[in-house]
Amino acid sequence: MAEMATRIEMIEARRPPDLRRGVLGWLRANLFDGPRNSVITLCVLAVLGWGLWPLVQWALIDADWLGSTREACSGEGACWVFISARFETIVYGFYPEAARWRVDTVFMMLGLLIAWLAIPRLPAKRWVGLFALVGFPVVAYVLLLGGHFGLMAVPTREWGGLMLTLTVAVVGIVGSLPLGVVLALGRRSRMPLVRGVCVVFIEFWRGVPLITVLFMASVMLPLFVPNEVEFDKLLRALIGIMFFWSAYMAEVVRGGLQAIPKGQEEAAKALGMGYWRRMGLIVLPQALKLVIPGIVNTFIALFKDTSLVLIIGLFDLLAIIRSGLTDSNWLGFATEGYVFAALMFWVFCFSMSRYSQYIERRLHTGHRN
Amino acid sequence: MLRSSSSERGPLWRDPAVRALVIQALLLLGLAALIVMLVTNTLANLEARGITTGLGFLQERAGFSIPQTLIAYSGDSTYGRTFVVGLLNTLLVSGLGIVAATVIGFAVGIARLSSNWLLARLAAAYVEIFRNIPLLVQILFWYFAVLQALPSPRQSLSLFEALFLNVRGLMMPAPVPQPGFDATLWALALAVAAVVGLSLYARRLQARTGRALPVYRLGALILIGLPLAVFLVTGRPLAWDVPALAGFNFKGGVTIIPELMALWLALSIYTASFIAEIVRSGIQSVPSGQVEAARAISLPGNITLRKIVIPQAMRVIVPQLTSQYLNLIKNSSLATAIGYPDLVAVFAGTTLNQTGQAIEIIAMTMAVYLLISLVVSALMNLYNARTLMKER
Repeated sequence: MAEMATRIEMIEARRPPDLRRGVLGWLRANLFDGPRNSVITLCVLAVLGWGLWPLVQWALIDADWLGSTREACSGEGACWVFISARFETIVYGFYPEAARWRVDTVFMMLGLLIAWLAIPRLPAKRWVGLFALVGFPVVAYVLLLGGHFGLMAVPTREWGGLMLTLTVAVVGIVGSLPLGVVLALGRRSRMPLVRGVCVVFIEFWRGVPLITVLFMASVMLPLFVPNEVEFDKLLRALIGIMFFWSAYMAEVVRGGLQAIPKGQEEAAKALGMGYWRRMGLIVLPQALKLVIPGIVNTFIALFKDTSLVLIIGLFDLLAIIRSGLTDSNWLGFATEGYVFAALMFWVFCFSMSRYSQYIERRLHTGHRN
Repeated sequence: MLRSSSSERGPLWRDPAVRALVIQALLLLGLAALIVMLVTNTLANLEARGITTGLGFLQERAGFSIPQTLIAYSGDSTYGRTFVVGLLNTLLVSGLGIVAATVIGFAVGIARLSSNWLLARLAAAYVEIFRNIPLLVQILFWYFAVLQALPSPRQSLSLFEALFLNVRGLMMPAPVPQPGFDATLWALALAVAAVVGLSLYARRLQARTGRALPVYRLGALILIGLPLAVFLVTGRPLAWDVPALAGFNFKGGVTIIPELMALWLALSIYTASFIAEIVRSGIQSVPSGQVEAARAISLPGNITLRKIVIPQAMRVIVPQLTSQYLNLIKNSSLATAIGYPDLVAVFAGTTLNQTGQAIEIIAMTMAVYLLISLVVSALMNLYNARTLMKER
């Protein structure tokens, strides 16, 4: 063989071209490529400086953090003492102090369950999920309401704050998902009457605003039942919320059902499976997996709309903060109050939406329509 | 499908057709029982409370005042009138909200796709912030934290001594047509007709000869130029009723009440964050091959955008946009939280409290929203059928 044309000595290392790397290069590529982009960048910077900086100054730098009375507020920036002074009420509402450990326990269980279900690596999802849907509501019901096993009874009118918001949200989520699945299956049924009932049910709830549903639940529901039956105000709201969101959930699930190829069901039929086994073992697991992002988005919408119970006189997180604004010792802190309420809701909703995006990326396998 | 007789194919309950019949019969029975139970309970309850059913209450005198009415209304008007006033207020804030949300939403959605990193990030932050905060919190924030904190009428913020902003709302000059203003309106109508004719002619011309007329520029020229010319020639027959401070409040002009402003701001900012995402996904859904193909036949950039990208993106955008509009209309019912006199606040609020006719009033209110939803969905289906991709 001829001599190989191989270079033996190393080429001296050269520096990479400056303009395309590093901070300067990045700036040039993303912010200042061409006069038009440079002008846009400068305008955005100006807007940020003009709008964002005073906000940061108000909310963080000039703000008052420490203290427990009105006197701690210097009046230059935000006074977060307004929040910290009533933080307990914001979390527990009017729940009796001696029984708050019960709320804490439920919070903790809820956190653990959600974490267990949300982290893909943890095992036994099915059993934990079953417990979350069946066991946990019972435990939470007994603990929160009390009246059994020597626990002091706490009527729902003493519930409030974050605790009530989470209760409404969790009950809404746990109740509307199964109902929505049933409605979605019913809407695809071959029986005309079943289909008709489901279509009317879904389209009715989707066509009206939640607030009229809540009005209906609080004004009309007592008329619908025999006079002797006492209907708890919270329970009425929960029923309204569950029906309302189950209709939205049904449409999301229907999207998933439609995306599953017909052959799946036909194959199951060929194996001699009955309707419920076909749906439960073959179609629904695939369909629900496809629409997890849609389901989480419905959860987010539901969570945001729990704030509407304020209008029928329940004291959720927002209503508690709002009622604090009318405290004669603490007048003039509307901005702090609403900003804090917004922040609380935002943290919950934003983490849910991030989780949904993460799941979407993870499930980005198999068939997708 | 063959009907199987039970003697050959096993027991009757195995027959799907029989089973379907039984299930539906049971469902029907259950529904009927539920309805009968609800009706008897309701009638018994109503009787026990001494409420008479029926729509007769709509003819009675309302006797309360409403802060914003688009039609003539006074305390002597009927409850039926409060329904119309509330409905019109709902439609007003919904219409304003839809326009503003569309403008902001499209701007933010396009900004999210900008090649400028900072602008794209700013738009993304807008979306993530506003769509994750409940609308009710935003409405209350704008109303109580921003608009209620504005100065009193005497210390109003003013722009050119014509626009005034204070705790009572935004005061604007109102146009007062003088005699002879009709000519300008006629000119405007004529201009609209001319533009319609022009666009029809231009389309036919392009189909026949391939030559394109500058329809947009010509149209804008006619639409603005003709009425303006007539307006100037007839001696500018339009006066302005400028608001002026009189005592403790302003007199004259048009006042936008703070409730309307807060609701409008919150509704449009909130809905815009959803519209922005819809616009972004719509534009991204157009395959890049489409743009490349347009470039390959050397279509200029703006024509590529107008004739290739936007029509295809709109097919994805419009259905979702419509459902956002419907959401906005339904969400406008949150007006009741700050006392903007919309349908829910006036009719399902004050009127219901005064008359106690819960069933009739809630049913009427829900029927209005249902009707709006159904009409818009029907229009949407029409649009979908028209723009459906013609596939082979």
